Parts: sequence; structure tokens; C-alpha cells
Amino acid sequence: MNRVVITGIGAWSCLGKSLDEIKNSLFAGKSGIVLDQSRKEMGYRSGLTGFVERPQLKGLLDRRQRVGMAEPAEYAYMATLEAFKVAGMDQDFIDANEVGIIYGNDSVAGATIEANDIVRAKKDTTLLGSGAIFQTMTCTATMNLSTIFRLKGINYTLGAACASGSHSIGMGYLMIKWGLQQQVVCGGTQEVNNYTFGAFDGLSAFSIRENDPTKASRPFDRDRDGLIPSGGAATVILESLESAQKRGATILAEVIGYGFSSNGEHISNSSVGGQTRSLAMALKEAGIDAKEVDYINAHATSTPGGDKVEAQAIYNLFGAHNTPVSSTKSMTGHECWMAGASEIVYSTLMMQNNFIAPNINFENPDEDSARLNIVAETREASLGTVLSNSFGFGGTNSTLIIKKFS
Amino acid sequence: MTEAEIIKTVNNFLVEEFEVDEAKITPDANLRETLELDSLDYVDLVVVIESNFGFKVKGEDFTTIHTFQNFYDYCYKKVQEKEVA
Repeated sequence: MNRVVITGIGAWSCLGKSLDEIKNSLFAGKSGIVLDQSRKEMGYRSGLTGFVERPQLKGLLDRRQRVGMAEPAEYAYMATLEAFKVAGMDQDFIDANEVGIIYGNDSVAGATIEANDIVRAKKDTTLLGSGAIFQTMTCTATMNLSTIFRLKGINYTLGAACASGSHSIGMGYLMIKWGLQQQVVCGGTQEVNNYTFGAFDGLSAFSIRENDPTKASRPFDRDRDGLIPSGGAATVILESLESAQKRGATILAEVIGYGFSSNGEHISNSSVGGQTRSLAMALKEAGIDAKEVDYINAHATSTPGGDKVEAQAIYNLFGAHNTPVSSTKSMTGHECWMAGASEIVYSTLMMQNNFIAPNINFENPDEDSARLNIVAETREASLGTVLSNSFGFGGTNSTLIIKKFS
Repeated sequence: MTEAEIIKTVNNFLVEEFEVDEAKITPDANLRETLELDSLDYVDLVVVIESNFGFKVKGEDFTTIHTFQNFYDYCYKKVQEKEVA
């Protein structure tokens, strides 16, 4: 069995367009949430969203490379470009090795709706152009990135709702651990256009604290009233320890555990039992005791029901150890398909820079969060081992544990 | 549209949309080789012609278009037909 390490990270998010910007936002407890009036005009109940800038790819990629890229692929490209740079993997290395890609994504609503609008208006599918097919498939990120970077290993998109990004890292970890791959580009991407979140908004799942956008995402706080949708992309480059050491790469962290479970219950409600099983599996697989975890990056999205269940699941296993917990979604909003990957990037940045990012807007606990050690202010801390939770619709649960490399 | 206007419009969208070096566009140059067109690019050429001139190219029409001059002549003819109609 191979040991699996992280040698590259990159992200494009509402907290910043580079790792340095993101690290500073995390440390400062800076929110990336805004009110988008155009969503209100479309009929959204909530116009709150993470603000994510569209990358300008002209000049970076040629026309043929760009035309098939929908918004999720654009974000994923920017995150992956940065991650390869951090990893020190140039095109010569990529060409000489079977580098794989497993990336989380679960929608391309924007590109799909825009394409169908053209067909309705023109009554002619040819007028969609050559890129539409590659934009409207959920594997738009992996199709495009594998072509642009000439990847020759495993190649697929993983769709598992809001746990997509986390499971992608879990699957990349298993591929390398079992010796099937030596390097895998993992990650998650999430479109942010106005067509994407309408159905989710229709469930009244979003916060309507529109008069104070930066205060709206308040995971674990007693007065939370829903999540704020957000997006972008995050890339984590996994590599076997042997490969990383052979090429003299800087090792950012080691992945030591991946736990997963399915609730087998309700399509949208969380389950204490399901989440507890995922957490317990990750600990068992990592071969560590709960008391060895220095920080938990919670999934907590700021919904009344979801945060309550996660607080109970965390308490079940970590209550005796008073483990520090925060949800970076208090700053980012819910990055959905991207979240599991971005939160590994954020956690790695905290590990590298010795701090715990705050769970901003945590002002008053409820009966469940009162039993947890929620970190409401930035805290300096040496983080040896970090656990990250991600849960999704359909009852899919994923837990990753990373450790400072030694 | 005059022939000069057609040429200007075609050259503009080839430079903007297809990112071809303007210096390489000469009447006698080969269209497919200069633009490095593959089968997917022809679909995009159909789209850009429709959006600029309002007519739809039939795939078989491309078989008679070899040079840029052929392409200008073809577009001019189709625009004239459309204007007369």
C-alpha cells in the first residue's frame, strides 16, 4: 500500500483568486457573500450568493481549448493551473507520466439552459456551435482539463451532490494507495450563474438575511436561517509518497483517512447515524483515535436542520476531547460540488500557516452547538491532524483526514 | 453590403473569433490551412457566418471554398441573394 501525499493545491473562490489571497481572507475572517439583485429579478426567494469572478481565459488558452469549456471547467482550469505550479509539475513531467484526474461536479445548468435557448430561438442545432456538447456534459471539467494538460491516467467526473469534491479526493487517494496511479488531480467545481441554484432556492433552503449579506452565513449559530450558495473550484494534487520524494517535491500534507457512508434514509435530510458512520470509518481507516484530531473543518452550511445533525454526530465521537470545530462556509457560503475539495485546500493552508480559520457569525450557540468547541475567532494553533466533513443530498457522506507530513 | 464591407466583416470575425494572425489573411491563401480548421471548427464557422450575415451555410458549400477570395465571393453572393429576396 502506498502512502498518499498532497503536493499541490489551488483554488479560485469568493475568498480569493490565489492561495495567498485566500489564506489572508481565511485568517481575517473575511466573508465573500454579496446580494445579487439579478437573482431577485429572476424570481429567487434569496439573492444572496458568494461572489466569484469569471476567469479571463483568452490569452491563456487558444480558441479550440476554450470553446468547450463551461463555467465549471473555467474555474477548474484556474485552480488546476495554480495547483500544478505549487506541485512543481510542468508539462514535461505530465507528458512523461500517467497523471490522472478525478474531479467533482454535479451540474452544468447555465450552459445547458443557454444552449437550449439558442435551439428554441433558431430552430437549428448546428447553430449551437461545436463547443456546446462539451459544455453541457457534467464532465466538462475533466474532459477539458485532460485535453488541455494532456493527462493520460484515470479520467472521470464524480457526481455526489455536495460531497462530490470530497469523494473525488477519497477516490484519488484509494487509486494511489492501491498502486493503480501515482499522481491524480482531484478537486471540485461549482458554477455560480443564475440558472444553477433556482431549484435549490425553491426549497427555501437559502438564508434571506439580505439586509446584511456578510452576516447571513452563520453555521451552528442559534439564529441561522439557511445556507448561501457559492462556487468556484479547488484542486488538490495527490501523489504517492514515493513519486513525490523521487522528484524532490514539497509535501504539503498526507492523506491518512477516507470514510464514507450512505444514510439510506431521506433524500434531503441529514442523518446522525449516517454521518457518525462516515466519521468513524475515517478514523478507523487512518488508524488514529478521535483525540488525535486537532481540528474539524465541519460541513455545516448554516441550515437549521443540517447543522444540528452534524453537531450531534461530531459530539458523538469528539465530544469527550473538546476538539476545535469551525465551518469555513461561514465565510464562503456553500460551495456545493466544490466544497469538499476547497475545504481540504483551506485546511491545508491553515495547517501550513498555523491557525484555525474562524466560524464567523457564531454569536449564540443552540443546544447542540453549545456542546462543541466552536472556534469563533481566528486562533493560532499548530495543526498536526485535521478532519474535514462533506455531506450531500441523497444521504452521501464523506470524511477525509489529513496530517502534517513527517 | 458592398464587397469591401463583406471582406472587412469576414476578416474581423476571423481575427476575433478564430484568432488568426491578420497578416496571414491574403486573398489567395488557403482558408482551411491558414485557419487550421478541423471538423469542429467548420461548425463554428457556420455559426459565425449566420450571426454576421444572417444566412446558414450548407456543409457541401465548403467543398468549393478553397481560398479566402473564394470565401469572400461566396459570402457576397449569399448576402446579395438574401438582399434581393
